[in-house]
Amino acid sequence: MTIQSTPHAGADTAVSRRAFLSVSAAAGGGMLLALTIPQHADGSVSVHKSAAEVPGKDTDINAYVTIAPDNSITIMSKVPEIGQGIKTSLPMIIAEELDADWSTVHILQAPLDPKLYGAQFAGGSFSTPLNWEPLRRAGAAARAMLITAAALTWKVPESDITTSAGKVLAKDGRSMTYGQLASQAARVIPPDMKNLVLKDPKNYSIVGRSIGGIDSPKVVTGQPLFGIDVTVPGMRYAVFQKCPVFGGHVVSANVDEIKARPGVLNVFLIHPEGPTGLPDGMAMGLQSGVAIVASSWWQANKALEALKVVWDEGPVASQSSAGFAAKAQELSTQKPHKVIRTDGDAKTALAGAAKTLEAAYSYPFVYHCNLEPQNSTAVFTDGKLEIWSPTQNPGSGKTLIAKTLGIPDDAVTVHMTRCGGGFGRRLGSDFMVEAAMIAKLQGEPVKLLWNRTQDLQHEFYRPGGFHYFKAGLDAQGQLIAFTDHYIGYENNGRASNSSDLAAGEFPAKYVKNLELATSTMQLGVPTGPMRAPGSNAHAFVFQSFLDEVAHAAGKDPLQHLIDLYAEERAAPPPPAPPRPPGRGGGGPGFPMGPPFSGKRAQGVLEMVREKSGWGKRQLPAGTGMGVAFYYSHLGYFAEVVQATVLPADGSIKVDKVWVVGDVGSVIINPTGALNQCEGAALDGISQALGQQITIDRGRVAQTFPEYPLMRMYQAPQVQVDFKITPFSPTGLGEPALPPVIPALCNAIFAATGKRIRHLPIDTNLLKT
Amino acid sequence: MSYTINVNGTPHTVDVDGDTPLLWVLRDSLELKGSKFGCGMGLCGACTVHINGTATRSCITPMSAVGNSNITTIEGIGTSETGRRVQDAWLKVDVVQCGYCQAGQIMSATALLNTNQKPTDKDIDNAMSGNLCRCATYARIRAAIKQAAGLPITDSREV
Repeated sequence: MTIQSTPHAGADTAVSRRAFLSVSAAAGGGMLLALTIPQHADGSVSVHKSAAEVPGKDTDINAYVTIAPDNSITIMSKVPEIGQGIKTSLPMIIAEELDADWSTVHILQAPLDPKLYGAQFAGGSFSTPLNWEPLRRAGAAARAMLITAAALTWKVPESDITTSAGKVLAKDGRSMTYGQLASQAARVIPPDMKNLVLKDPKNYSIVGRSIGGIDSPKVVTGQPLFGIDVTVPGMRYAVFQKCPVFGGHVVSANVDEIKARPGVLNVFLIHPEGPTGLPDGMAMGLQSGVAIVASSWWQANKALEALKVVWDEGPVASQSSAGFAAKAQELSTQKPHKVIRTDGDAKTALAGAAKTLEAAYSYPFVYHCNLEPQNSTAVFTDGKLEIWSPTQNPGSGKTLIAKTLGIPDDAVTVHMTRCGGGFGRRLGSDFMVEAAMIAKLQGEPVKLLWNRTQDLQHEFYRPGGFHYFKAGLDAQGQLIAFTDHYIGYENNGRASNSSDLAAGEFPAKYVKNLELATSTMQLGVPTGPMRAPGSNAHAFVFQSFLDEVAHAAGKDPLQHLIDLYAEERAAPPPPAPPRPPGRGGGGPGFPMGPPFSGKRAQGVLEMVREKSGWGKRQLPAGTGMGVAFYYSHLGYFAEVVQATVLPADGSIKVDKVWVVGDVGSVIINPTGALNQCEGAALDGISQALGQQITIDRGRVAQTFPEYPLMRMYQAPQVQVDFKITPFSPTGLGEPALPPVIPALCNAIFAATGKRIRHLPIDTNLLKT
Repeated sequence: MSYTINVNGTPHTVDVDGDTPLLWVLRDSLELKGSKFGCGMGLCGACTVHINGTATRSCITPMSAVGNSNITTIEGIGTSETGRRVQDAWLKVDVVQCGYCQAGQIMSATALLNTNQKPTDKDIDNAMSGNLCRCATYARIRAAIKQAAGLPITDSREV
């Protein structure tokens, strides 16, 4: 397998299925093992016709495995690789049930073809739970066909045949490699997918083994892999300047002056008319702005220095973070717009409580800051658009491009490249549609690349929010009443993307008298999913306030959480309507796994107590430990942070993080799984320590130097342990993040007696 | 203007404006895509190359300042023994998540080990804090540097 940056020379992301089939045929006897497993939206599988039987007409099948005569095996990885390690871990599942010899396995990024592969996106930590079962069956089906082929060849019963590491073995001692059998196997009638016998996990030899990232050898030698590395012959370079104020429009610009700049070929003023996005809210459409096309990217970007634009800033110019904070304060004293959950009678219970607490929390907008700035490379010829994009959401990008360019969906070809960070940002497709439009206007291949300032000023921010809590304790310190008035954002009557609060938010169900209510403020700033959307903010506020409750009750905070999760105290609400992926929930038909289990929550809390030495360690003055638990993306995570605060300047040193996660029965690729959890924990700490986007006059106030990300010297030790439980395995990109933020803030309280109720943490408040 | 620069032991002549940063010449004139564009401000380290052995941010190094210097990029670092060991350690420790920053990390780590064969945790902090990793693989970068240096890779910082 080679990956080249020149798509016409066969970048792996450019391999179309047709090309792939012909390559297989050219290999002479090498066969596409036609896996006949259309994956339905609910993750179930069924049998259709075989690709080998109907070459070129296989519109309703999935195909993952090709076996060559030399016994090398090529496995397709169906979803985008964004650093979550999925290009390694999903093929491991197939290889395991196929009983492949991993050393002979090659992995290719599959083309975008949902009819073949089902849902192809990277979001919501869905890739593992959605694909675990279907991909096991994909591998097992291929293995069964090889066994059948061997049985026919040797004229022995299938029951006398086993497999091992890429070979078929007969009882009588005969053996053949998969490569020798592949062409016969492709002619075998595919097995009934429902009745396949899957391996006993205790016999796994690939799943459960730590396997390094499949593309890492290319990463460490600097070979082209990412969207920004794509080169198309004859390619021009573009930048696209939008109005600093969200939703603003270009009125005029000094086009002639810019056209005279070195290297500049063209300047386009882009004025889309009417709403340009998609109704899913994820794909903000083409915005108004000025495109500069030049012979080199440096020249295009340099021309921006001379660009003078008259903008119509529009109505959002009146919005500011300070204004929203004042408005939220005002709304907090008023009747909430909506009560989303009522259990018992919280008002009466609060009035009769032996002790009450009240606290206001808030958190800011946050920027994803993918280290690879947004980019795409596009070619528009003969009414067709071909694009190479570092996207998490290629299907949505394709639809948006077709709609915006006014061409049919099937005239758009999207190639997924490796992404230099995802974190939810690349579920939006704004950079794709911009590249497509500029390529169309230019009439030549164009690489659009945003500079860092543009990347920071125009994205889908993690929405900020404000929570006003009350809690009541009885004489025994039992939590008997809990209310939250959450003040968030809306856009014309609809909750801003990734800003909604679930009616089941803990401690809902676990407190007898509870009310969750919301109010919203009209927002013109685009918001969207960021690693553990919703959860990354709600974990901070709820788990911090519950720590306040524990201290008020005179209880150990970790034991307090275990006690809270002991029993549900309210009747369960009706099930919430399904939500689209990336918004913290599953879309229609997405498997949601077993219902939340308080026992699994208690399990990870008990384990993190033991691993961290909670309550048993002697800590110096100024050092404290904090704990939090959060359930998101089907994963259960309890985390303890130890932090030290220097009294002189209030600076925070995070000493260590202990992470305990329960994601079910199997850790598919332990090294990758641990890496995700280590990174998620540090990502959360990085957010808490300094990340904030402030809106001023409808635009972002910060520059990149004012947006501090964690650096090496700030990174604490992270110890990760998994609690293995008998449930189907679930994803790991996100769920380790949310609890680390409240665990850190609770540690700071333990160290200093000062409660952090606003992010990012203001160290001035910690000086003594 | 025409410049001849020495990259990974080979001279290349390019015709660019003198203020063009070395990064864009490497990436777009010489098709060496390993050095990455992250911020264009010298703050993230994704573009790190060696100029006469010193880790340097190529995104803010204009061509007019490069002269006859010996430039080494991620594509060429594996020809040195230290560079090779660092690359191997990166794979052995399985550092990479998205991988976008890792070329720069490897260049900074190799420069560190070239001048300091047994770096302490503090030395690693000082040498590596100019390189951002958005995936926060810092613990593994630390371990990989120690691995390449032949040191125990456990995190020995006091807690």
